[in-house]
Amino acid sequence: MNNLLRGLLNLPPQASTYAQDVDLLHYFVISATMLGALFVFLLAIYYLVRYRRRHPRPLTAQVSTAVPVEIAIIGGLLSLFLVFWVVGASQYNHMMTAPPDAIPIYVTAKQWMWKFSYPDGRASMDVLTVPVNRPVTLVMTSRDVIHSFYVPAFRMKHDVVPGRYYTAWFQANTPGTYAIECAEYCGVDHSRMIGHVQVLSQPDYGRWLDGQGVRTAEGFAGASATEGGDLAETGRAVASRNGCFNCHTLDGQPHIGPTWARLYDSQVTMNDGRVLVADEAYLTRSMMDPQVDLVAGYKGVMPTYRGILQEPEVAALVEFIKSLRSQPFQPVIRLPHVEPINSAQRQEPQP
Amino acid sequence: MTTIDVGVVPVPHREAPSRETYLNVAYTVKSWALTTDHKRIGILYLVTTTFALLLGGVFALVLRTEHLTPDQTIIDAYTYNRMFTMHGIVMVWLFMIPSIPTAFGNFLLPMMIGAKDVAFPRLNLASYYIYVAGVVWVIVALWMGGADTGWTFYAPYSAHSPSAVVPTVFGIFILGWSTIITGVNFIVTTHTMRAKGVTWFRMPLFVWAMYGVSIIQTLATPVLAISLLIVGIDHWFDWGLFDPHRGGDPVLYQHLFWFYSHPAVYIMILPAMGVISEVVPTFSHKNPASYKAIAYSTLGIAFVGFGTWGHHMFVAGISLFDAAAFGVLSMLVAIFSAIKVFTWVLTMRRGSVAVATPMIYFFAFLFLFVFGGMTGVAVATQSLDVHWHDTYFVVAHFHFIMVGGTLTAWLAALHYWFPKITGRMYPERWGIVAGTIVFAGFFMTFFPQFLLGNGGMARRYYYYDPVYQPLHVVSTVGAWLLGAAMLLTLCYLLVACFTGPPAGANPWDSRSYEWYTPSPPPKHNFPAEPVFELDPYDYTVPFPGELKAGGEQAPQEAPHA
Ligand code: HEC
Ligand SMILES: [Cu+2]
Ligand SMILES: [Cu+2]
Repeated sequence: MNNLLRGLLNLPPQASTYAQDVDLLHYFVISATMLGALFVFLLAIYYLVRYRRRHPRPLTAQVSTAVPVEIAIIGGLLSLFLVFWVVGASQYNHMMTAPPDAIPIYVTAKQWMWKFSYPDGRASMDVLTVPVNRPVTLVMTSRDVIHSFYVPAFRMKHDVVPGRYYTAWFQANTPGTYAIECAEYCGVDHSRMIGHVQVLSQPDYGRWLDGQGVRTAEGFAGASATEGGDLAETGRAVASRNGCFNCHTLDGQPHIGPTWARLYDSQVTMNDGRVLVADEAYLTRSMMDPQVDLVAGYKGVMPTYRGILQEPEVAALVEFIKSLRSQPFQPVIRLPHVEPINSAQRQEPQP
Repeated sequence: MTTIDVGVVPVPHREAPSRETYLNVAYTVKSWALTTDHKRIGILYLVTTTFALLLGGVFALVLRTEHLTPDQTIIDAYTYNRMFTMHGIVMVWLFMIPSIPTAFGNFLLPMMIGAKDVAFPRLNLASYYIYVAGVVWVIVALWMGGADTGWTFYAPYSAHSPSAVVPTVFGIFILGWSTIITGVNFIVTTHTMRAKGVTWFRMPLFVWAMYGVSIIQTLATPVLAISLLIVGIDHWFDWGLFDPHRGGDPVLYQHLFWFYSHPAVYIMILPAMGVISEVVPTFSHKNPASYKAIAYSTLGIAFVGFGTWGHHMFVAGISLFDAAAFGVLSMLVAIFSAIKVFTWVLTMRRGSVAVATPMIYFFAFLFLFVFGGMTGVAVATQSLDVHWHDTYFVVAHFHFIMVGGTLTAWLAALHYWFPKITGRMYPERWGIVAGTIVFAGFFMTFFPQFLLGNGGMARRYYYYDPVYQPLHVVSTVGAWLLGAAMLLTLCYLLVACFTGPPAGANPWDSRSYEWYTPSPPPKHNFPAEPVFELDPYDYTVPFPGELKAGGEQAPQEAPHA
C-alpha cells in the first residue's frame, strides 16, 4: 500500500527515519482533501443537472442554508484541518529537533557548491558521507546568499542563511546515494548546485573513517583524511591554542566568560531574558557572533572567531564542549574575580 | 439576431440608438485620457491590465517551452532566471492585483451601490496614471535586462544580483501607490455613497469583496513598499540593511515581504470570489445560500490573512512555537474560503441553473480553486511543507489559486459584464468552447507540476534531472493549449465589441443593481436617481424593469413562475 501510493504520487524513496511517517501523513491529507474536493465538485454537477433551467426568466423561492448545517460543515472541516495541524506540527517538531547523540557535520554553502566539514578535520565538496542508522546533525551556514539544503529522499530541507547557524538533522535508514538540491534561488547556477549524500553501511563507514576511500555503485571516493585521533582532545588543543581558557573554565567556575562544564544542552539565560538551549548552533554562534547572544551576567568582551577558526576546528571545539556535558563541578581553588578589560582594549586571542 | 438556447435569452435591444451612453458622449482621445468617469477609467485599466496579461503570458510560454528539454532548449540560464522573475512580477503586480478591482471594481462598484461615481473621481484618474507610470518603469527595467531575483527579491541575493534590480523594485514601489489610492477610494465610496435602499447587508457581494480587498491593500502595501525600497537602497548604495555581513538580517526581510505577500494572495483571490458570488446567484436565479456567510467570511479572510505569513518560512529558521502558531492560523483562514465554496454550491440548490460562459468559468473556478485550496491546506501542514517548500508542488498550488482561481474568475467577469460594458452580447458558443479549452489547458499545465514537486523537483531550476522530462513536456503542451484558448477569447470578444447583437439592460435577468440601468450605462450611471426596493438577490418576484429617465421602470415580459 505504501509503495503503491508512493508510486502514484511520484514520491522519492523513503531513506530517512522520518520519511515514511511524513509520507503517511501526506497520503492521509491528500486523500482527505481530494475526496473533499471531488465531493464538492460532484455535488455542484448534481445541482446543475437537477435544477437546470427549464424556462427563460423563472422565479425561485428564497432558500437559505440552515444555520445548523453551516455549523456542521464548518465544525467538520475545522476538526479535520486541526487533525492535520496537530499531526503535522508534532512531526515537524520532531524533524526540527536534533537528538543529542547526533554526529555533527558542518555545512558551508556558497555559490554554487556545498562544503562539508567533518569533526575529524576532513572536508569534502558536494559529497556528504554519513553512516546508516546514526543521527547526523548538520550545522549550516552560508558564505554569500541564502541557499537551502534539500534531500528529497530524506524529506528534509532547511534554509542555509549567511550570518546564521542553523541545525538540521536526519538519520538515514538505507545505504545508497541520494541527491542534495539547493532549493532556494541563489543566482545563475542555482539549478547546478547539486550534491550527493553517500550513506554507508557501518563497516563501510568504519573503513571510510580509517581514511580508505570507499567505492560505491556511483563511484564516489571518500574525502581526504587529514587529522585523526580523538575529536574532543583535538578540541581541547584548539581551545588552548586560541586562548579560550583565558576566559573560560572547565570545572564549573565562572570566570570572565561562563564555564564550559555542563554547558552543552543546558538552558542558558541571555541578558535580555531569552532562554536558549546550548545546542551546536548556539555554541557555534557564540564563537562566530558572540555579541548576538550575551549570556546574562557577562559583558560582551569575547572577540569573534569568524575567519580565525576553521570549520573542522569549530566542530572539534563543539565536540569538546559536548564531552564536558557531565563534567562534575569541582571548585578546587576560587579564581580571583577579574574585571574584563573594556572593549576598546579588546585584544586578539593569544596565539 | 441569433441567440443560442442556453437557457438565457438576451432581451432584444428596444431603444433608439441615439440614447447617450458613457461610450458615445465623446470620442476624442482627450475625453478618454482625461476622463474622471469611473467607467471609462475602468476600461482604461481593463485594456492596460490585459496588455500586462499578454506580456506575462508570453514570458510563461517561453519559460514552458524552455523546459521541453532538461538542458538548454531556447534560452540560456541567466535569461531564464530573469524571465521567470519578470513573469512573476508582471503577473502579480501588473495583472493579478489590479485586474479585477481596477477594471471591474471601478466600473461596477459605484453602479452596484447606486452612486454616480467613486468618492474621489480625480484621484481615481491619478491612480490610473500612477499605475501606468509603474508599468512604464517595469518595462524600462525589462529593457535594461530585467531582474533575476525571483519576484520575492530575497536578500541578500537581491542586494548583489548583477541584474536591473533597482528600476524593477522602483516600478513596483510606484504601483503600490496606485493600489493604495484605489483602495482608499473604494473604502470611502462604499461608506459614503450608497444610494437609498442600499444598506450594508443589501450591497451586492461583489461590493463586499471590493471592500475587503481595499482594506488589505491599504494596510499591507505600505509594508511591501518600504521593504522593496530598502532592497533598492541596499542594491544601489550598498547600505547592507538586510545583509548579514553588515549586521543586517535577511530573515527579517522575509518576514516583511511575506507580511505583505501573503495578504496579497487574498488581494488576488478575494475579488475573484466577489465575481463568483455574483455569477452564481444570477445564473442559478436564486438568492445566495447565505449572504452573511459570504460577507463575513470576506472580512474573516481580510483580517486572519494577516496572521499567516510565517507558513512561507517553515524551513527558514523560525521557532517551533511560531511555526505552530502560523500553522494553525493558516488552517483557520482556509475555513473561510471553504465556507464560501459551500455557499456557492448550495446556492444552486432549488434554483434554476442556466449554462452560459460565465457558468463554465464558475465550474472551472470551483474545481481548480477547491483543488488548489486543498493543496494549500496540505502545504500548510508543517511537516509536509518541509518536503514541498520551494518545489514545483508549491508552484502548482499557487497557480491553481492564481490562474485557476483569479484568471478564470476574471474571464467569468469579462463575459458576465460584457453586455453591461459594451451593450452587446458575446458569441455564447465560442465562449463555451474557449472556456472548456482554458480549463483543459490549465489542468494539463499545472497538474503534472504537483507530481514534479512530489518527486523533488525544486522550483526556479533551469536544468533539471531528465527523469522529470515527460511531466515537463505534458505541462508545456498544456501551456500552449491554454495560450491558444486565451487568444481565441481575445479575438471573439474584440469582434463582439463591434458586431455583437445588442444586449438590453438586463440580459441575464439578474436582480443586482448594476442591471437596472441601460447597457451601456449613461454617463452618470442611472438615467434617474435610483431607489432600490428589492434585494440584489431577490428572485421571488419579477425584475422591476430597467430605470428610465424620469424615474419610472419598464417591466419586461411576463416571467415564468
Ligand atoms: C576575552 C575573554 C574570552 C575569550 C578569549 C573567549 N571567550 Fe567565550 N565568552 C566570553 C564571555 C565574556 C562570554 C559570555 C558573554 C557572551 O555570551 O558573549 C563568553 C561566552 C562563550 C560561549 C557561550 C557560553 C554560554 O554559557 O552560553 C561559548 C560557547 C564561548 N564563549 C566559546 C569560546 C571559545 C571556543 C573561545 C576560544 C576560541 C572563547 N570563547 C574565547 C569571553 C571569552
Ligand atoms: Cu540555490
Ligand atoms: Cu501565504
